[in-house]
Amino acid sequence: MSTVSSTITNKMQAPDDKAMPVTEDKVMPVTEAKPEQTVLEEGVTVGTPFADDPKFKLRDVEVFYGETQAIKNISLDVARNEVIAFIGPSGCGKSTFLRCLNRMNDSIDSCRIKGSLLLDGQNIYDSKRDVVELRARVGMVFQKPNPFPKSIYDNVAYGPRIHGLANRKSDLDDIVENSLRKAGLWNEVKDRLDAMATGMSGGQQQRLCIARAIAVSPEVVLMDEPCSALDPIATARIEELITEMSESYTIVIVTHSMQQAARVSNRTAYFHMGHLVEVNDTSKVFTTPEHELTESYITGRFG
Amino acid sequence: MTDHTSQAELVRRSLKGRYRKERRFRAYGIVAIAIALAALVTLFTDIVGKGYTGFLKTTITLEVTMDPDLMYLDDPTDPKQVRMADFVAPLVAAVGRALPSATQDDQDALRRLINPYASSELRDALIENPEWMGTTRTMSFLAHSNVDVYVKHKGDAAYSIKLTDQQQAWVDDLRARELVETSFNDVFFTSGDSRDPAKAGVLGAIVGSLLTMIITLVLAFPIGVAAAIYLEEFAPRNKLTDFIEVNINNLAAVPSIIFGLLGLAIFINLFGMPRSVPVVGGLVLTLMTLPTIIISSRAAIKSVPPSVREAAEGIGASKMQVVLHHVLPLALPGMLTGSIIGMAQALGETAPLLLIGMVAFIVEVPEGLFDAATVLPVQVFLWAGSPELAFIERASAAIMVLLAFLMSMNALAIWLRKRLERRW
Repeated sequence: MSTVSSTITNKMQAPDDKAMPVTEDKVMPVTEAKPEQTVLEEGVTVGTPFADDPKFKLRDVEVFYGETQAIKNISLDVARNEVIAFIGPSGCGKSTFLRCLNRMNDSIDSCRIKGSLLLDGQNIYDSKRDVVELRARVGMVFQKPNPFPKSIYDNVAYGPRIHGLANRKSDLDDIVENSLRKAGLWNEVKDRLDAMATGMSGGQQQRLCIARAIAVSPEVVLMDEPCSALDPIATARIEELITEMSESYTIVIVTHSMQQAARVSNRTAYFHMGHLVEVNDTSKVFTTPEHELTESYITGRFG
Repeated sequence: MTDHTSQAELVRRSLKGRYRKERRFRAYGIVAIAIALAALVTLFTDIVGKGYTGFLKTTITLEVTMDPDLMYLDDPTDPKQVRMADFVAPLVAAVGRALPSATQDDQDALRRLINPYASSELRDALIENPEWMGTTRTMSFLAHSNVDVYVKHKGDAAYSIKLTDQQQAWVDDLRARELVETSFNDVFFTSGDSRDPAKAGVLGAIVGSLLTMIITLVLAFPIGVAAAIYLEEFAPRNKLTDFIEVNINNLAAVPSIIFGLLGLAIFINLFGMPRSVPVVGGLVLTLMTLPTIIISSRAAIKSVPPSVREAAEGIGASKMQVVLHHVLPLALPGMLTGSIIGMAQALGETAPLLLIGMVAFIVEVPEGLFDAATVLPVQVFLWAGSPELAFIERASAAIMVLLAFLMSMNALAIWLRKRLERRW
């Protein structure tokens, strides 16, 4: 299990049933290590946080909410067309960090961000950078399904409309159909595109939100706990969808479910109290984590 | 086990007290609502009971002989002759003929049975139909307001009857012969104010209110909504915006008469706008209504779920698109509610309008925004303060018209709101 080969194969080899026996073996030594007392050094991340030719190159990122520091000197690369999962206990800063990637924190007045965040070598936080263009390239799916209170069609068509991606009605129809197909929703809604999106089930709403995000053909899709409000069946459909999407998009997903991280991601990053503790191939994180905090977390010691 | 039973026992005992408290609380609520309802019912019965007679007019039907000699008039088409002619004499003669018991000495008493404006009605009718000269026609005229009061309120201690015993006997006689009758008071809805209660109407005040409200709505709604959107969505949070916010909240609590003083000082004295006109009234009421609209609009914007905003931002909508496409449509019903409240306040407002001269006695129905006008609440105020009791029932009737005005305005706004909500 300790061998780390291609991330794609590892992803497939890391189902939860394999992760669990390993954790049971490790229970005893972890208790002795007393993870609560482990001293975390700022800016130190074990594992393989960097990649060649990254999509996102993030260096020495620090985020403050007023006086409180939420993110403490994190450096990380997100590779092209990979699925990277952010895991960690509540309040560890993973969502905050995710939202920095398309500047969703801009609307929070007290939020300050330091460090260098590059998307394809260009600074995300450059004062000349247009946030609208950034968000068209880096889409986002939120924790709670949040369709607009409009028709299903208008929800998906909204992005292409405001960005002027389709000049003709037929083009727009194609975009809507393709996006809904990719999100695995087309067959369920093709007969009622004019129905209110808010009348759909939670799982359908979330898939609609994914369709809406990919309708503007982003390069990256950020997902902030996309399945936390959904039942297991809807979750499974969305995970399937993420796996399919990974062929054409770079995906960053925050999740509280380690099984989900294990199932869908190539690499996993473990956050702890604002620190990025460990980044490794997913199979490695869930079988032989390098850092004792990661180990305690995945074995259910805390979190 | 014993622990459990005793605990259940404790809960059971406390339950009784809790339910008692709940019942008591509910009783308080019912009492409160009952008091409010009783007050409302009393108010309405009083207003309707006093005011419904305001919707009735008393007319007197006469056989008028248009005798050229009596009237000193040969040709009603000659304005010069008309000016010199006597239109009262044929009316008095007609009343005298209707009342055989009246003698030549009773001319004055007879004249006081017909409305002073009846003669001009006769004049207008003759100018329109010159061929009536020399004929005898059955015509209906407004009765004198004293007759009106007597017919409507005979035996009511609250009204003093100003007719002499003989006049009362005559009116009773005419009434028995159905020559004096009450009917729906169309005059009340087709004329402006008048010194004579029988001729006084609310049309001038209705039009004045309408014009003033149009100005208020056209100015206050867009300005208020725009201010709310700017403050809520675009304004930086700093000392200046905090200061503005505090001041808007304070303005909502400023007594309305202060706004009247402000209007007097700025619009009339400084800008030299005319007094008593709907434009100035509308401007003053706009100032008064703005804080209400701004505050409620901001609350409506705040109540738009942040998830919708995030969703729009997440796919790259610009600030303006987020506001126009998502926030505004969702907040609009709430904004409308606030505006209805503000407009309803403005419609019922009297104090600030007194200061800008809309309390003047205005007979003509205003035809434009710059015509002197009064508004419904001020008209009520004027009539309620009148020493003539016949005006009191007009005041009550005007209150009913004001309420109807208010209700139809609210109904319109609620309908609008429902329609907008359904779209979303």
